[in-house]
Amino acid sequence: MSLDALRDFYLTYQSVAAFIGLNGLLALSVYATLSCGQLSLANAGFMALGAYAAALLALHTSWSFPATLLAAALLPAIVAVPLGLPVLRLHGVFLAIATIGFGEVVRLGFVNWDFTNGAQGLVAIPQRAGLASIWLCLGLALFVFWRLKGSRPGMALESIREDEAAARTMGIDTTRYKLSMLALGAALAGVAGGLEAQYTFVVTPNGFSFGRVVDMLVYAVVGGTGSIFGPLIGAAFLTVLPEVLREVGPMVGLPPGPLRLFVNGTVLLLVILFLPNGIVSLPSRWREWRSSRRSARAAGAA
Amino acid sequence: MGQQIINGAFVGSIYALFALGYTLVFGVLDILNLAHQAVFMLCAFIALALVSTLHLNILVALPLAVLAAGLIGVLLERVAFRPLRGRTNSNISGLISSLAMATIFESIALGFWGPDVSRFPFGTVPDRDLHLGGAVLSELQLVIVALALAMMAALTFLVQRTRLGREIRAVAESPLAARVLGVDVDRVIAASFFISSALGGAAGVLFGLAFNSISPDVGRSVELKGLAVIILGGMGSMPGAVLAAFALGLVEVFTVAQIGSSYRDAVSFVVLFLILLVRPRGLLGQAVARIA
Amino acid sequence: MLLELRSVERVFGGLRAVDGAGFALDAGEIRGLIGPNGAGKTTIINMISGLLRPTGGSIQLDGAPIDRLPPHRIAALGVTRTYQNIRLFPDLTAADNVLVGMHLVRRAPLWKRMAFLGEAAAEERASREAAMGLLSRVGLADRAAEKAQNLSYGEQRRVEIARALASGPRVLLLDEPTAGMNPVEVASIGELIREVARQGHSVLLVEHNVKLVMEICHRITVLNFGRVIADAAPAEVSKDPAVITAYLGSER
Repeated sequence: MSLDALRDFYLTYQSVAAFIGLNGLLALSVYATLSCGQLSLANAGFMALGAYAAALLALHTSWSFPATLLAAALLPAIVAVPLGLPVLRLHGVFLAIATIGFGEVVRLGFVNWDFTNGAQGLVAIPQRAGLASIWLCLGLALFVFWRLKGSRPGMALESIREDEAAARTMGIDTTRYKLSMLALGAALAGVAGGLEAQYTFVVTPNGFSFGRVVDMLVYAVVGGTGSIFGPLIGAAFLTVLPEVLREVGPMVGLPPGPLRLFVNGTVLLLVILFLPNGIVSLPSRWREWRSSRRSARAAGAA
Repeated sequence: MGQQIINGAFVGSIYALFALGYTLVFGVLDILNLAHQAVFMLCAFIALALVSTLHLNILVALPLAVLAAGLIGVLLERVAFRPLRGRTNSNISGLISSLAMATIFESIALGFWGPDVSRFPFGTVPDRDLHLGGAVLSELQLVIVALALAMMAALTFLVQRTRLGREIRAVAESPLAARVLGVDVDRVIAASFFISSALGGAAGVLFGLAFNSISPDVGRSVELKGLAVIILGGMGSMPGAVLAAFALGLVEVFTVAQIGSSYRDAVSFVVLFLILLVRPRGLLGQAVARIA
Repeated sequence: MLLELRSVERVFGGLRAVDGAGFALDAGEIRGLIGPNGAGKTTIINMISGLLRPTGGSIQLDGAPIDRLPPHRIAALGVTRTYQNIRLFPDLTAADNVLVGMHLVRRAPLWKRMAFLGEAAAEERASREAAMGLLSRVGLADRAAEKAQNLSYGEQRRVEIARALASGPRVLLLDEPTAGMNPVEVASIGELIREVARQGHSVLLVEHNVKLVMEICHRITVLNFGRVIADAAPAEVSKDPAVITAYLGSER
């Protein structure tokens, strides 16, 4: 293999790996609230806040790269609090709708703000993020979720997901926990935004539409929320899939854009119908299937 | 001012048709059908195809497209909602599965018609204007409003005066009780989806005719306004949806006139927010369950 | 007087579910709360635990009013409960359910866990052992790793009791804990309740099993149509004509 081919390989797959990392962070940001039973779809808005904050700091100040990421994490987290206090009182679908509304308001705000060039967005952002920084942040996020499992707050979150009222009668301040996870998710989405801005050197409001948060939700659902690795697995699967399709599409004579969307939708449908707990539930489903086959055979033989 | 009221009512009537479909399914199944906007969009394209490729008159194409939309709704229910019925988290999984179907529908539209804006061929609809007082109303607008009102009246008649309507209301109240009383719940749900998607599809065709601009992502922006409308009107309340749709249409038009068109879309979200925070049950909805 | 209800009232629309009920609970006392279906017993439990606000009257713990407090604050003051239709966390194991019940008594802060400090691991181990201890007390140590949704009805009720005991509450509200149990199980729950009271916890026991109530309760409050119609020791209650007509008569 020639040196050029190797270099091309690295360059192509480096960007896929980077986007797997970014999408993994985004999936974890949605997982944060899903893990305590809240369907919050505000994260495109939080991501936008982080992205623009980091981009503006990178373009107009001499703040260091880590400092811009910190700002990208903190701004959305702070905004999450006054948003969450009234909104987390809402149930299920209403919470989802209110948070979708928030995301759209943020996006429209940026579209209409001249300081950030409105719909054209910001360009030529210094390209300071790379594979290493992205995966470092992802690793940190996974570490936090890992340590959370089994801990006092971690168990409180699980109980809120299962039965919020019963959890309250056990002394758990459910509002505070839900708010914390909303803020954590916001911070993760913000960091992902800040990283993406300084990786792709462009930030436009249309990158933070409702479709974006739907993607995040899909990563988390397809991967499965039963394990902290679920969201990452979902993100990896759904980031690699379009790349594969891009090669396959022309061979089959189908345009890649619609094909990718079609496959995304179909994968999501199949998962929600047949594998509702996501890819990570495959091992236990397999085991269950095996043991039911075994007992069926035993019953048949008896 | 009169002009604005006319424009507001015009836009409102389309929102009302769309929202009625949305709220019908929510009232009956407690599920937010996020594929509704994709049916809205597909139906517009189907009408477009019937007119431009098969050279049908729009007056023929419209009912055919609406029928197609109804059938797509039945398919949607069968594939994406029925299998989820037993599950405990059926509203979140229903939301996600409807999202999946919406994506699939969008990809089909993208595949056949591409991402750019498509238009009805010139001459599909008459181009005359009427003058009322100081205001201008195009014949098209008048016909659209009339059609929308006619469909709403038909729906009201269906729900209030027919047996199917009674059965729908029974299932909306309690599927279990309805089943015990001998109602074929599966059939009623399928019928509700047919009606809901037909209404959404009709809204789509009328929208496409009104603004002469159809694209695969046209459903997205209307979807979010539809959400604002059904929340404002009260989830599951059909009169509420109509009231809220007209209200939103008027507010939007006034906002554009007074503040500027870039804020038009923001209006629906501000309204949405305020309602959810102040009175989540909306204007005419049932009391919303808060956390116990 | 540990827990006191005074003229407590709860109105739903036009319905007076609880209409001027009052009684008190002393430390170490087992008080029964009985009455026909719909008498308002669960509503009272819901009000004491904070899931509902009384529309009139007051509820006091140690002399301080708790009727305006949110449920988690009431729990923090030492009042826990079980549920008439069992509200365990279905996807969590029996042990984890009890562990959640220990929320109020677990102390190690999260950052210590993040930093892998030994303290946090030790605390977690101690908590898990305590949870196992509680499960043994209700006879379910061998089912600790089973998901709550896979447990039998009787087993679930016992896990719920263990969970309610986990934070060492001063007042334990039990809402029909023996519903659906056979006499052997009922006797063992009765013994458990007696033991809990001996250790200083107070118990408010809502029950339909009148025999159990007569056997283990120090005092019994009888409710009908949201009002207290009797409040006395078991022996007197069983002879009270008002009670017999309203309730016991149909049970015999």
